[in-house]
Amino acid sequence: MRALLRRDLTLAFRSGGGFGLGLAFFLIVAILVPFAVGPENALLSKIAAGILWLGALLACLLSLDRIFALDWEDGTLDLLATAPVPLEMVCAAKALAHWLTTGLPLTLAAPVLGILLSLPPEGYVWLIASLLLGTPALSVIGTFGAALTVGIKRGGLLLSLLVLPLYVPTLIFGAEVARRGAEGLTVTTPLALMSGVSLAVIAVLPFVSALVLRVNLR
Amino acid sequence: MALAVENLSVARGGLPLLAGVHFRVAAGQALILRGPNGSGKTTLLRSIAGLQKPTSGRVECAEDAIAYAAHSDGLKSNLTVSENLAFWADVFGNDDISPALEGFDLKSLSDRPAHALSAGQKRRLGLARLLVTGRPIWVLDEPTVSLDQTFVAMFADVVKSHLAGGGSALIATHIDLGIEAETLDISVFKTDPTADLGAFDEAFL
Amino acid sequence: MASIWQYANPAKFMRLSDTLLPWVSLAAALCLVGGLIWGFFFTPDDFRQGSTVKIIYLHVPAALMAINIWFMMLVASLAWFIRRQHISALAAKAAAPIGAVMTVIALLTGAIWGEPMWGTWWVWDPRLTSFLILFLFYLGYIALWEAIENPETASDLTAILCLVGSVFAVLSRYAVNFWNQGLHQGASVMRAGAIAGDTEERVSNVFAAPLFMCIAGFGLLFVALILMRTSTEIRKRRAAALMARERMS
Repeated sequence: MRALLRRDLTLAFRSGGGFGLGLAFFLIVAILVPFAVGPENALLSKIAAGILWLGALLACLLSLDRIFALDWEDGTLDLLATAPVPLEMVCAAKALAHWLTTGLPLTLAAPVLGILLSLPPEGYVWLIASLLLGTPALSVIGTFGAALTVGIKRGGLLLSLLVLPLYVPTLIFGAEVARRGAEGLTVTTPLALMSGVSLAVIAVLPFVSALVLRVNLR
Repeated sequence: MALAVENLSVARGGLPLLAGVHFRVAAGQALILRGPNGSGKTTLLRSIAGLQKPTSGRVECAEDAIAYAAHSDGLKSNLTVSENLAFWADVFGNDDISPALEGFDLKSLSDRPAHALSAGQKRRLGLARLLVTGRPIWVLDEPTVSLDQTFVAMFADVVKSHLAGGGSALIATHIDLGIEAETLDISVFKTDPTADLGAFDEAFL
Repeated sequence: MASIWQYANPAKFMRLSDTLLPWVSLAAALCLVGGLIWGFFFTPDDFRQGSTVKIIYLHVPAALMAINIWFMMLVASLAWFIRRQHISALAAKAAAPIGAVMTVIALLTGAIWGEPMWGTWWVWDPRLTSFLILFLFYLGYIALWEAIENPETASDLTAILCLVGSVFAVLSRYAVNFWNQGLHQGASVMRAGAIAGDTEERVSNVFAAPLFMCIAGFGLLFVALILMRTSTEIRKRRAAALMARERMS
């Protein structure tokens, strides 16, 4: 498990590993939005929280198909399935690696982009908190989607189609936390609901993903 | 008996390929599987390695005893030779990769990233992985593809020393490895296409 | 012996569906034609909504079917996992496009109804939004079936997607409810059957009888379509199996 995590992180940071791609995409989204909706600070500060959440979600989506596809193509998954590590562990490690290389950097970058989008000062704490607690769910759900589409050639688009509806609850609750935080309202309920979703998917979905991988390896 | 296969039937894509496969491989012995392309060697080996469920029959061996190696080596092109090996060693709970590097003459290449290797060198690295698994039964699918004669001989030596150490091997190959081993032609187990063998799509016939 | 599972044998299922299909189709046609004509021409205009209300005879049955077809797919997927009989998986596969179309009908008729009533074709109301999300789930499910070549793998993976999707669909429903309280009236059909429709919110009895006839019609239509489509899937698989066997010998 630790070996796999270490290897995945190493691979992500080496050239061609795709680390930073999600971050760059996130940056571009945040820069393009004002071009699309106009430069008024009042409007931007109203939608900033939602835009940042959507941008983070799409940036997460971008790197999902790398989770298993490369290991599938070069046979690593076959070999891992015969190795003395449970596939459930493999799925959990993959999701964690994805979060460490995507969700975490996105969370850390979000406040900087918040300045660009004139996010109100009250919003920063809750934006970071919501992303920190919400992006793990995105990675875990994404790992499930990646496991489903691993055997499919050019499965990237299908992966998005499968995963996006599953992202709806996390997006709704997460963006609600960030939005209410920015407006200075109380955030307890959506924060609790979102954390609940995150914890539930972290607890359950690695098992389902492993089941899916076994079917695909058959 | 290290590995015993009894009355095994396998299917590919819902179609029965082989039925009634049976053989035994004792510790210290190897068995060479032969058969024309598409006869089901790969499917059989995947079933034995536990990657795919046979439609019927049994594979008996100790738990976690099989090391499987197939056409694709599971190498990461961005990692160096030693990093690749160290990863698999770590997964299998070993920490010494030097015997594996020596066995396949990879010492001089150990810091080279895998994408800079030739096809034959990659293959050697893939086979060196077997040595770091520490598992007694090797299930190998066409292990000598893209190896030249020198390295085929080197591979045969590695297999021989593995056997001498009490391990066993099941190898599907077309060439003569120079290993003293029984040969089994699996085309004798080819299924009769009209027989009902419980494969997936037969409910529809 | 005479258990329902014996019809999970493809040949038996085909015989049964061949026998049933004409009758179910006939009953569906009678209910639909009768219910729609009754509803469109022989019920009074609503005192508030005018004749616009009559789209209810398409909107409500389609919406009910959209949800219940997903539920049927969920049950079929579970059955596939437990009994491993191909019919379950194929029936779920056959149901998905029907469900997707029902969702679209519900959304379109809803928009047509909403425009004169609410003054807009679309609002991000929880009910409407949930249906849109349901439609996405249908699309994903269908796309996954199409993308996987090996039929057994496809059966397993789509069944897992259906189970996981159902959980997330329910979750989304509550999330959406939390996100926005809506304009859409509550589901008022079942209450109408039990109590005389005296409050404005309820569908009154005059409308209820033809409405139930239409709902029965949509239900029967679905049964007819699913029998037909499942048989088609069985024939397709049979043809594929025969061709594969031909290639082998």
